Amino acid sequence: MVAASDASVLNGSGAKTLTGPGAHSGKISARDVNVFYGENQALKSVNVGIPERSVMAFIGPSGCGKSTFLRCINRMNDTIAGCRVTGKITLDNEDIYDSKLDVVQLRARVGMVFQKPNPFPKSIFDNIAYGPRIHGLAQSKTDLEGIVTASLKKAGLWDEVKDRLKEQGTGLSGGQQQRLCIARAIAVGPEVILMDEPCSALDPIATARIEELIDDLRKNFTIVIVTHSMQQAARVSQHTAFFHLGSLVEKGETQQIFMAPTDKRTQDYITGRIG
Amino acid sequence: MPEHAHIVTSFEDELRSLDNRIAEMGGLAERLVDQSFEALDKRDTRLAELAIASDLAIDRHEREVESQAIAMIGRRQPMALDLRHITTAIKVAGDLERVGDLAKNIAKRALAVANEPRPKQLMGGIGHMTEIAQRQLKDVLDAYAMRDAEKAEAVWRNDGLIDALYNSLFRELLTYMMEDPRNIGLCTHLLFAAKNLERIGDHATNIAETTYFLVTGAQLAEDRPKGDTTSSTAITDRTSS
Repeated sequence: MVAASDASVLNGSGAKTLTGPGAHSGKISARDVNVFYGENQALKSVNVGIPERSVMAFIGPSGCGKSTFLRCINRMNDTIAGCRVTGKITLDNEDIYDSKLDVVQLRARVGMVFQKPNPFPKSIFDNIAYGPRIHGLAQSKTDLEGIVTASLKKAGLWDEVKDRLKEQGTGLSGGQQQRLCIARAIAVGPEVILMDEPCSALDPIATARIEELIDDLRKNFTIVIVTHSMQQAARVSQHTAFFHLGSLVEKGETQQIFMAPTDKRTQDYITGRIG
Repeated sequence: MPEHAHIVTSFEDELRSLDNRIAEMGGLAERLVDQSFEALDKRDTRLAELAIASDLAIDRHEREVESQAIAMIGRRQPMALDLRHITTAIKVAGDLERVGDLAKNIAKRALAVANEPRPKQLMGGIGHMTEIAQRQLKDVLDAYAMRDAEKAEAVWRNDGLIDALYNSLFRELLTYMMEDPRNIGLCTHLLFAAKNLERIGDHATNIAETTYFLVTGAQLAEDRPKGDTTSSTAITDRTSS
């Protein structure tokens, strides 16, 4: 599915090869999605469309289901024993829970960045090159170097690491490690990047760098971010969805959600009231 | 539906203190309008001096509302209703400060006309305008305190009445001036007093708009019909008809 055979994909010029059908409707669409962990229902009938090339933030108290829903979008929940997902989630109108779908390919199209930076215990270069290698995206060494360079540039890390690509990724600072993980996600030419509290382990400066990066990345990628920081959601996203007790309570343009939410539960949560 | 309390009680206290300060400012502004008109009407220079001095308290409150609100935005990063609460407090305090200034200006004119005659009909007209401006001010301050969007909208729609009174007073004052040039000094001061009352009405409608936004999160979008036509009224010797 992903024809990311050269580094040009990463430079924006080749971005159209990443654009599937329905480019201007919702990139991702969820209809009546329920998630169960054994007997426990974690998500109740979630319906949402995620617009292409923009940032959507999921907010809500711990245990509200926002991370569970995020993990449905690249089928990370498949790895959890006893987890059952019903309903339909489409990526460019393709059912991602279709039994014929290649989950490894899906996860190349839908990359993920986690709360704690988790670089491989390898060199900076190999951290980025790992994905393109296993997906066979590079025809030659030059190709691979092109992808690594482009990914690091896109992630805003190139200038800081260009002279130390052979050093261990784990030797970088926390904020640099997180940008390395974003570069690693970008390297396989995804269309969607899921971020699960990507800044919660970072200091304010490193956080600002990531936020600046997110703003830049949305030109080429569809980004979904789970965050506990309402201010961060307000800063980086164009759309926001509020989850509470497994339900998607309210979704809308970020400005509306934070300026004049329509649901009392949203208001209580974002203003820090006892609901 | 009553709002739930904040988890952080000191934030709750700060918001309440902001409201209390606005309420106090509102009370001072109302009293100032009252005193200024009475000073003008009764030619009471002592009351006029008192009114002029009490405007200082309103100005001080405004500065305090502003610095308190800015500190709250900086420290709390308020969202949604809280953000509207704090930003509208700054706006309302600004409007009330202007109301204070306009009323103070009427008191200054009371000093200027202290030894002039007192044409009963004209003073009656200004008295009526004062009453309506005061009612608008009181209603909008109630609407703000009670977070009553409907009441705020009613105040907003009522502003036409003050404008109409101002228009008729404007024509009346012109007639007096044309009748006898010796009236010009007095009538000019009274015309400014009337204009100040009309502007006080405008600030009441500003507060009404702000209150509506505070409560609903939406702007009162449509243009309010403007009733003050004096700025486009030509003054000819036929105006007295």
